[in-house]
Amino acid sequence: MARVLCAMSGGVDSSVAAALLRDEGHEVTGVTMKLWGGDSDTGCCSVSDVDDARRVADQLGIEHHVFNFGEDFEKWVVGPYIADHQAGRTPNPCIECNRHIKFDRLLERAEVLEFDYVATGHHAKVVRADDGTLLLGRGYDYAKDQSYVLHMLDQNQLAKLLLPIGSMTKDRVRELAAGYGMRTASKPDSQDVCFITSVQGRGKFLEERINLTPGRIVDTDGAQVGQVEGVQLVTIGQRKGLDVGGHATPRYVVDIDVPTSTITLGTKNDLLTDVTALTNAEWSAGAVSGKVLVQTNAHGDTATAVLGADSITWDKPHRKIAAGQSLVFYRQDPAHGELVVGGAMAAKL
Amino acid sequence: MTQNPGEPEPVAYLDNAATTPVRQVAIDAMVPMMSKCFANPSGAHRMAREARRALDDARDVLAPGLGCEPGDIVFTAGGTEADNLAIIGAYQRHGGTVVCPAAEHHAVLHAVEHCGGTIVATDNHGRVDLAALAEILTPEVTLVSVMLVNNESGVVQSLDPVADLIAEHAPNALLHTDAVQAFPWIDVATAAARADMISISAHKFGGPKGVGALVIREGVDIAPQLIGGGQERDRRSGTQNVPGIVAMAAAAQEMLATRDETVARIAAQRDRLVDGLVDAVDGMIETAVVNGDRSQKVAGSCHICVQGVESEALLVLLERENIFGSAASSCSSGAQDPSHVLAAMGMERSMAAGSLRLSLGFATTDAEIDHALAVIPGVFDRLKMFG
Repeated sequence: MARVLCAMSGGVDSSVAAALLRDEGHEVTGVTMKLWGGDSDTGCCSVSDVDDARRVADQLGIEHHVFNFGEDFEKWVVGPYIADHQAGRTPNPCIECNRHIKFDRLLERAEVLEFDYVATGHHAKVVRADDGTLLLGRGYDYAKDQSYVLHMLDQNQLAKLLLPIGSMTKDRVRELAAGYGMRTASKPDSQDVCFITSVQGRGKFLEERINLTPGRIVDTDGAQVGQVEGVQLVTIGQRKGLDVGGHATPRYVVDIDVPTSTITLGTKNDLLTDVTALTNAEWSAGAVSGKVLVQTNAHGDTATAVLGADSITWDKPHRKIAAGQSLVFYRQDPAHGELVVGGAMAAKL
Repeated sequence: MTQNPGEPEPVAYLDNAATTPVRQVAIDAMVPMMSKCFANPSGAHRMAREARRALDDARDVLAPGLGCEPGDIVFTAGGTEADNLAIIGAYQRHGGTVVCPAAEHHAVLHAVEHCGGTIVATDNHGRVDLAALAEILTPEVTLVSVMLVNNESGVVQSLDPVADLIAEHAPNALLHTDAVQAFPWIDVATAAARADMISISAHKFGGPKGVGALVIREGVDIAPQLIGGGQERDRRSGTQNVPGIVAMAAAAQEMLATRDETVARIAAQRDRLVDGLVDAVDGMIETAVVNGDRSQKVAGSCHICVQGVESEALLVLLERENIFGSAASSCSSGAQDPSHVLAAMGMERSMAAGSLRLSLGFATTDAEIDHALAVIPGVFDRLKMFG
């Protein structure tokens, strides 16, 4: 029996995670983090989500606390999200929240409060390799796998982490929740960035918070073909909304240069690259090189590539990746499936 | 702590500024108003008249304590409603500008903001900055709301200089005071004698939750916020909460009769608690106190802080030891929000984040203080290891 602090968002996954830990005989305390004070659809921060988490904890007969990490969230997640966009990068705020809030602030708080482990309702697994190394594996339900957003966890963090629902399908989680009679059993999955509402959208959120720089749209040969109000709102691969129609073949954004406020359009082929430059690499258990499986977004497909010192060479030409996006590297393990070995950010295109 | 088997675990409830236990006299007065004397006081028959009489008796009991006429008392569903009625009611009736200091309770602060009013700075004791207030007072100002005792710091504010400034610069302004935290500790009848409106809340002095009152002195005209059957002389419609009101009056009667004795007893307990903790914990300072002079604070208020210690973690550890206090003010989700009061007082964020409010009340016992003194230093020491 261990003392476990279970992060409960008010969703079905973490509700079931807490229940399973309690049933295994652990001394479980639930905690909901209040992170964002502004509008949100759902996610982690609304009063109704806190209510759901508290009522599930009541039903399970476990203690429940609310920790206000709003200032840390602003400092480490929302602020950098805005600054990154201002600088023309495309960050993943869920990764930064896991890095700085759940597995830094919350983990530290758990240690202060003498908990042995922190548990979450993520779809991922902590597995122990033959040499004793801890690695993060994909969740059993590959369609719901969240190992991508947890790739930054190091040995110390993995040693403190329990992921009780990582070995089951989402359907099974809902079935268990219904079996427990939980109010969260049929709650919809959370979507997208928790601090941006679906009504408002990313563009509107950013427009209110960054100084947009007007820019030129040029062709691959440098000829100007149009202009945009804000280069910071344009994304790599974007086709629509640039008002530069009239081409026989579809045109895509193939380059964004914020310092010179230049958007370059090209063909689908111009969007492909053999090599992606990397920065901020971090490793689960020591640096890795050579052949890896790479995932480039939260629910994306994987591609094979060869990992070098500060770049990755794709086996087949790969779509360009926006600066700031995370690339997560996996290796295939015969016993445990695909395991995270590290991650890095795409550097400037 | 060592403990004999079968003995109840020691508990220290030190969150009396949030709410107090209900006095037995209040419970005893309340129950028959639900079982026997349950009629609607607005009715015409004898049973209704009995309920009506209980309401009128309650007004008679409260009036001397508040220094008003019984007919000035409008019963509300608590302090927040009383504050809202005073501020929004005055603004709707008279327009102009409404004003309050930055360290007011949210029931006042947000109501003033709702009316597009002006927020005035406070000094570093949480009291209104009189120079700043003088600067913004004009004949356009229709209401000034200044609390008698701050709910977080416990510091007492004298209303006399405020009333003097209003008389000089804002002759059209009403003076409202939120006396919710003051009533259990100080003579509101005297302290708020120059206020046109006074808010109180029953559960801060041993009454039940969900009942309070606003004193609206004769001749003060404000717009009602609840429209309906015209109860409370058209100032607050809705059938009165007779059991709650009767219980509030019973609690007030006992509180007023014992207030001097309670203040002396609790101030001594508070001093023992603060001095004991400051002695025992390295780096601990007493905060929210005017030049170290606790006579400027109400007797039940104790505010302490160790820089670098996080009060959220502190509260969890204290709770495990059956010590119940608070840090800053709680928000609707149950999280601890950074305190706007401590910010208004100019306290550094790193200090405010570690601040702990232990508030004593009429029911606080020596045993509770013993338990707090035995346990709290160890908890701080543990947290400092991580700080």
